[in-house]
Amino acid sequence: MSELKKVSSNPHVRAKITTSHIMLAVVIALLPTGIYGIFNFGFKAAVLILVTVASTVLTELVYEIAMKKKVTIGDFSAVVTGLLLALNLPVSAPWWIGVIGGIFAILVVKMLFGGLGQNFMNPALAARCFLLISFTGIMTNFECDAYTGATPLAVLKSGETVNVFDMVLGRCNGTIGETSMAAILVGAIFLLLLGVIDLRVPGTYIVSFVIFLGLFSGNGFDMHYISAHLAGGGLMLGAFFMATDYVTRPITVKGQYLYGILLGFLTFVFRVYGPSAEGVSYAIIIGNLLVPLIEKVTRPRAFGKKRGAKK
Amino acid sequence: MCQKGNNWHERRERYGIEMAKSTFVGGVHPYEGKELSKDKPIKDVLPKGDLVYPLSQHIGAPAVPIVAKGDRVLRGQKIAEAGGFVSAPIYASVSGTVKAIEPRRVVTGDLIMSIVIENDGQYEEVVYPAAKPLEEMTREEIIECVKEAGVVGMGGAGFPTHVKLSVKNPEKIDYVIANCAECEPYLTSDYRRMMEEPEKLIEGLKVSLALFPNAKGILAVEDNKEDCIALLKEKTIDEKRIVVTRLKTKYPQGAERQLIYATTKRKINSTMLPADVGCVVNNVDSIVAIYNAVYHRKPLMERIVTITGDAIRNPQNMRVHIGTNYHELIEAAGGFKEEPVKIISGGPMMGFGVFELDLPTTKTASALLCLTKDEVSEMEPSACINCGRCLEVCPGRVMPSKLATLAEKHKEEEFIANDGMECCECGCCSYVCPAKRHLTQSIKSMRKTVLSKRKK
Repeated sequence: MSELKKVSSNPHVRAKITTSHIMLAVVIALLPTGIYGIFNFGFKAAVLILVTVASTVLTELVYEIAMKKKVTIGDFSAVVTGLLLALNLPVSAPWWIGVIGGIFAILVVKMLFGGLGQNFMNPALAARCFLLISFTGIMTNFECDAYTGATPLAVLKSGETVNVFDMVLGRCNGTIGETSMAAILVGAIFLLLLGVIDLRVPGTYIVSFVIFLGLFSGNGFDMHYISAHLAGGGLMLGAFFMATDYVTRPITVKGQYLYGILLGFLTFVFRVYGPSAEGVSYAIIIGNLLVPLIEKVTRPRAFGKKRGAKK
Repeated sequence: MCQKGNNWHERRERYGIEMAKSTFVGGVHPYEGKELSKDKPIKDVLPKGDLVYPLSQHIGAPAVPIVAKGDRVLRGQKIAEAGGFVSAPIYASVSGTVKAIEPRRVVTGDLIMSIVIENDGQYEEVVYPAAKPLEEMTREEIIECVKEAGVVGMGGAGFPTHVKLSVKNPEKIDYVIANCAECEPYLTSDYRRMMEEPEKLIEGLKVSLALFPNAKGILAVEDNKEDCIALLKEKTIDEKRIVVTRLKTKYPQGAERQLIYATTKRKINSTMLPADVGCVVNNVDSIVAIYNAVYHRKPLMERIVTITGDAIRNPQNMRVHIGTNYHELIEAAGGFKEEPVKIISGGPMMGFGVFELDLPTTKTASALLCLTKDEVSEMEPSACINCGRCLEVCPGRVMPSKLATLAEKHKEEEFIANDGMECCECGCCSYVCPAKRHLTQSIKSMRKTVLSKRKK
């Protein structure tokens, strides 16, 4: 026996794609939205985005060093969280809102539950909801240099009409990243083409939302009303970038459809009957909480197993 | 006799139906690497050193030695007989002297009691009994022939072939499937066999068909071997009971359960046998061994092995005497052009990583793959991000990420409740995992634990 070779269990080859690649793809997909946000709201938006991303990444770094764990900021998941959180903030928010949100998202929602893959809620959304409750005034203040007045959905809720074309392009008020449906869709198509996300969750989410809206909102299938709801608020950003978050959506195929319908229903309820014009964030985090249950009832049947066979 | 088979065959011929590619749900597309050895004709390699015959080269009871140290044996002489019904005899592939009967290392890393024969280089062969024409043989005689020849599943599992053929109701078998998929990357031994000796394969398949009066024969080939599909079609043009099925190239198309589904749309799970859904599946090399056993009364003594990988100077396919040391195979392939980091007996998806080369070629050794890179140790596992890729590719339609976690936590009951025993250890989940988790490994070890407890 001269020299011993390496041994391991099968398989001995691995696909090239890694977690970092996936997260990096999401970051790239969010760039059009982020850049449009900066274009739309000005330089202050860029500062807020950078501060929030720095906050999430540093929080993860400091926590892992302090806890003597392996540093995992190289997987870019903290960058994704920071970006998503920043895109969900109004441009008028002071810089420290981004810092607090970032720390909450990473420290409380992600790291305290065990780090990447263990959080049961989307960290960015949980942080946004935390900020909404704690700093309601700041988080719902959409006064800025570029626009005055309420967000299109709030206008719509008050019964007035809105310019849907402007909303699709993003020429309207809202959080930094939610205004431009076009920019979001560019990123979403990029992710769909790469196979990072699929249409199961966003597709069922949007379709079921439209159906609920058409049937029960009292406005029927009114094109103007429905398209304003689709283009307005955080629906597109939520459906393509947050409802599709691997960690907090069901892993089973049937479960993903069920989850999409659930999100569509909750968003409809919150937007139409709730006190606020917006409901995507709450819908998704409530959906997140039901994921373990959904996965349990939608466990796939093993190949060749008969329906209902117990063994 | 084969009215049904006739119509079925004719219908496809008449309408020129090239049925949609047969396949299954799930699977992966690893780098194939077959171009390294695909066009290299089979080369005969004669052993030089001692030959080692492990008594367990098959699933079931180990064979029992019937020679003793110092005995002179001839090529083709039985040196160990089957240790039970699910077992197979072993034959000397060279003439020489029994040097020892002692434990020797095999590819799985275990020490297995083995017969060691010193090769005298004479290749003096026993006289084989005269073969009877197939038409005059009874069912029992055919099966006895296969059993005596020590034929086992040569695709890797090593299940004794005579057990597969001895089904309770032979008339209920609808399909005899020749597994010509060769879905493992790098492997080209079956391909070369089919290209060079298609008659043996077809005649061997006809032996199986003789056992099952109502069965159709299916030659199932992946569509990365178009020349092979064309050749087999040409050779079977007058065979009323044999069809060639084109399979989509995808790993693990050649896994038994997936192959049966792809060709017949019938499904079996881990607790069933192919015969339960009227199918019998045999690998290319096994079918050729059946042919040799029945037509020439020759026992299983050789097999085709692909020696390949980027560390090998001249990747090629060889006809190897069973028992030959792996060192000799490497030598016959021109040695290493670069120092290998990883050596795998079998294909990269389901083969065994070996830590040394002082190992014998067994009945189930389809390839020796020498790589200059070890992708597994280069990539460190990280946390699962629940992406679901493992579920998408799992041909067993289970939840690998969940099963692996349960296995790592030693939650045996939950593992079984979540269909952990339905895993076929094909390796697709580990292959595709972006977090580089060792999913297959965890699931495999838990399955081993459960199975060994069940045996007790």
